Amino acid sequence: MKTLPAVDAVIVGGGWAGLLMAKELAQRTSLNIVVLERGPSRRASDYSTDMDELDYAIRFRMMQDLSKETVTLRHDAARRALPLRQHGAFLPGSGVGGSGEHWNAQVPRFLPDCFELLTKTSEKYGANALPESHAVRDWGITYNELEPYYTRVDKLLGTSGQAGNIRGKLLDGGNIFEGWRSEAYPTPPTKMPYFSVLFRDAAKSLGYHPYPAPSANISQTYTNPDGISRGGCTYCGFCARFGCMVGAKAQPTNLLLPVIEKRSNVTLRAGAWVRRILFDAVSKPAAARGVSYVASSGDEIFQPASLVFLASWTFNNTRFLLLSGIGEPYDPATGRGTVGSNLTHQVTVGAATAFFDRPLNRFMGSGSAGVLFSDFDRDDLDRSGLNFMRGGYFGARGYGFQPIGAFGVLPNSIKATWGSEWKKAAISCYDRTATIGFAGEHLAYKTNFMDLDPVYKDALGDPLLRLTLDWRDNERKMAAFATPIAVQVARAMGAREINPFPGLHSYDATHYNSTHIQGGTIMGDSPAHSVVSPYLQHWQLPNLFILGGSTFPQNASANPTPTVLAFVYRAADAIVDRYLKHPGPLA
Amino acid sequence: MRRRHFLTLSANSLGGFLVYSLDRKASLLSAQHKPIRVPLRFFTEAEALIVAAAASRILPSDESGPGAREAGVAIFIDRQLAGPYGRDRFRYTQPPFEDAPRELGYQGSATPRQIYRDGLKGLQGFHFLAPAAQDEALRKIESTMFFSLLRQNTIEGMFCDPLHGGNAGMVGWQLIGFPGPRMSNFDEIEKYYGKAFRPKPVSLRQATGSKVRPSEDEP
Ligand SMILES: Cc1cc2nc3c(=O)[nH]c(=O)nc-3n(C[C@H](O)[C@H](O)[C@H](O)COP(=O)(O)OP(=O)(O)OC[C@H]3O[C@@H](n4cnc5c(N)ncnc54)[C@H](O)[C@@H]3O)c2cc1C
Ligand code: SF4
Repeated sequence: MKTLPAVDAVIVGGGWAGLLMAKELAQRTSLNIVVLERGPSRRASDYSTDMDELDYAIRFRMMQDLSKETVTLRHDAARRALPLRQHGAFLPGSGVGGSGEHWNAQVPRFLPDCFELLTKTSEKYGANALPESHAVRDWGITYNELEPYYTRVDKLLGTSGQAGNIRGKLLDGGNIFEGWRSEAYPTPPTKMPYFSVLFRDAAKSLGYHPYPAPSANISQTYTNPDGISRGGCTYCGFCARFGCMVGAKAQPTNLLLPVIEKRSNVTLRAGAWVRRILFDAVSKPAAARGVSYVASSGDEIFQPASLVFLASWTFNNTRFLLLSGIGEPYDPATGRGTVGSNLTHQVTVGAATAFFDRPLNRFMGSGSAGVLFSDFDRDDLDRSGLNFMRGGYFGARGYGFQPIGAFGVLPNSIKATWGSEWKKAAISCYDRTATIGFAGEHLAYKTNFMDLDPVYKDALGDPLLRLTLDWRDNERKMAAFATPIAVQVARAMGAREINPFPGLHSYDATHYNSTHIQGGTIMGDSPAHSVVSPYLQHWQLPNLFILGGSTFPQNASANPTPTVLAFVYRAADAIVDRYLKHPGPLA
Repeated sequence: MRRRHFLTLSANSLGGFLVYSLDRKASLLSAQHKPIRVPLRFFTEAEALIVAAAASRILPSDESGPGAREAGVAIFIDRQLAGPYGRDRFRYTQPPFEDAPRELGYQGSATPRQIYRDGLKGLQGFHFLAPAAQDEALRKIESTMFFSLLRQNTIEGMFCDPLHGGNAGMVGWQLIGFPGPRMSNFDEIEKYYGKAFRPKPVSLRQATGSKVRPSEDEP
């Protein structure tokens, strides 16, 4: 193995989390920083010709190359896990910008209680309110402490939306059930697809409180505090699974890379596949020494660094600790160990698919343009009569639908799946069909976790990560509760026929759910139950920081990226203001 | 070297411009004048004829408009199978291969190429059958992986950007009112509530003026 000259900081992963940390450190310090990204290098200008559904949305051109690395899955610890051989339930990215290039850019915040979930649910609903064998935990931080960082994230992205709660003052037309925010959104709400407008009016008529979805596909030109200007979204509809050709979608390549490239103290190495974190266990305190990786040339390289940041998303953040022997792996049988625990996903279901008589012009839209209501996604929800804990929000979005993926979604009354009758129905339904979505919280359980697979290996011979994951009654009941509400809204929208969600059974890796998978290296207020502190600092190796959703003790209903970025800002502040002056534990 | 194979497409079968009469009956104005011979990359000529015939039963050319035949779906599938998709360039294909519950997805070792080659053996002479007999033959294999790939690839070939060799003349897009890539819908998105907005389709190459390279042409 070749050893390179030591640097001040090495960042593993060039997605949202890694590049935001790189930007902050580059702007505010003179540290010598290296970012290692396994995928190709990418630039904002790469997307001028990517509006091709087949290669991008169906063949997944921007996603991780599964021939090299995937994960294995089993529903419970008694079974044998098998590899997920093709993309399905989630779509992790690869290459500079990570999943932040091809994401939808829906940017809500988590509810205040999410951060103190164990304490708050016990206080409000009794010590036994959470389901049996849950592993729900507090994060060791409150929403109030995080709020200023959320606001910085909104300013970075230029988020478009309408506030529903500014410093406790409730505002009609916004989400009045969310936590307070210190300021209004930087830009006004996006334009709305027709389907979302039908949904808004129907929801209102039923007494719900619809609001425009917060969106980082911005409604108008905006210049952020770093001086980066972006134009507004044109609703081209080639959005999620694509990079934006006009730069209206917030992406690491258009918001972070331009700042980083102006600084001489950051080097970005694409095609660098990191394998291990090397550490020194005998020094006091123990310390990470750097990381080893395989360069695109095939050479094994050791990059020593004084500070190590893991920002390789949930799966590899967890896998690196397990492969490197850092910390104690979680053992579901004894409950001992922390690394790999608290794997959560999200209860994302197509609650009601509605068929209309009128055309919807569904090709116009963006990954986030739409209307939501959160009447069942609030910390003070009256739970009498509800047989599950926590909740989720309903939404009608106009993603910009494309024909390969959207053709052939038909009312249950039509049985044909090919041939003339099917074709005729599919043509007539094509632009008259849309789905009301529901996104709900996924609680952590002792039985959902990650460890190393004993059989399957990646292209370099390292064990794959193994997921042990299934839905439990709380999620099934939540989905069953959401379905009739969505059906009721669809009816009020004037749907001619409605397919209700058929019910949540076993975790299904063949259908897209969301790429919001959290846990494995969770944060908390003590090393007994967590891997990092709320400053994202490793409890045993204080010069190791872990960024991203792997640090979430459980998932919320809301999309995770603003929360990921808020924690990165907070960690960066603590590092620049305190750690660099006095290296050591921050918490 | 494999012997060169061609699929001959008759003048009036491929692409064209869709026009609708008042009662929404679609008819196709042919764009071609003479038959074209398309060199095949993966199929033999006999295989291509079977695939073309089978795709035509999945999306038939009928009174609701043109189908897989006019879109050139067989050409599309041939190119896909010859390219990285056909050989599972991006799928995890390390052994051991085990049976799994449906929720873990396809676990087989066979690539799309192998699945087609094997599946087509069972459909020899298919293209000489009458439509009813063809439907009968397809019903027998409906639950196979081969059929589900064929069905999926037929939809892809009907509605993909023409740069992939399917959706010839954008007949698929005309059929459903999809305009293809449009740089902006800013002025239209809130203007057409409840009314169909159907701009004339453009392909990616037309919209961008650049020679976009499809993934099937990559090594
Ligand atoms: C289709 C899609 C839609 C989404 N929509 C939304 C949304 O609307 N709202 C929202 O909040 N979130 C959304 N997400 C999720 C969002 O993209 C992620 O939360 C976010 O990108 C996480 O940032 P990250 O930096 O932690 O991880 P990533 O963006 O995944 O970046 C991690 C990087 O690490 C690299 N890496 C991994 N392993 C290695 C290794 N061994 N060596 C070197 N580098 C490595 C990866 O290649 C990748 O570039 C979506 C995701 C997808 C895929
Ligand atoms: S819909 Fe808007 S944000 Fe999305 S890719 Fe198109 S222009 Fe960009």
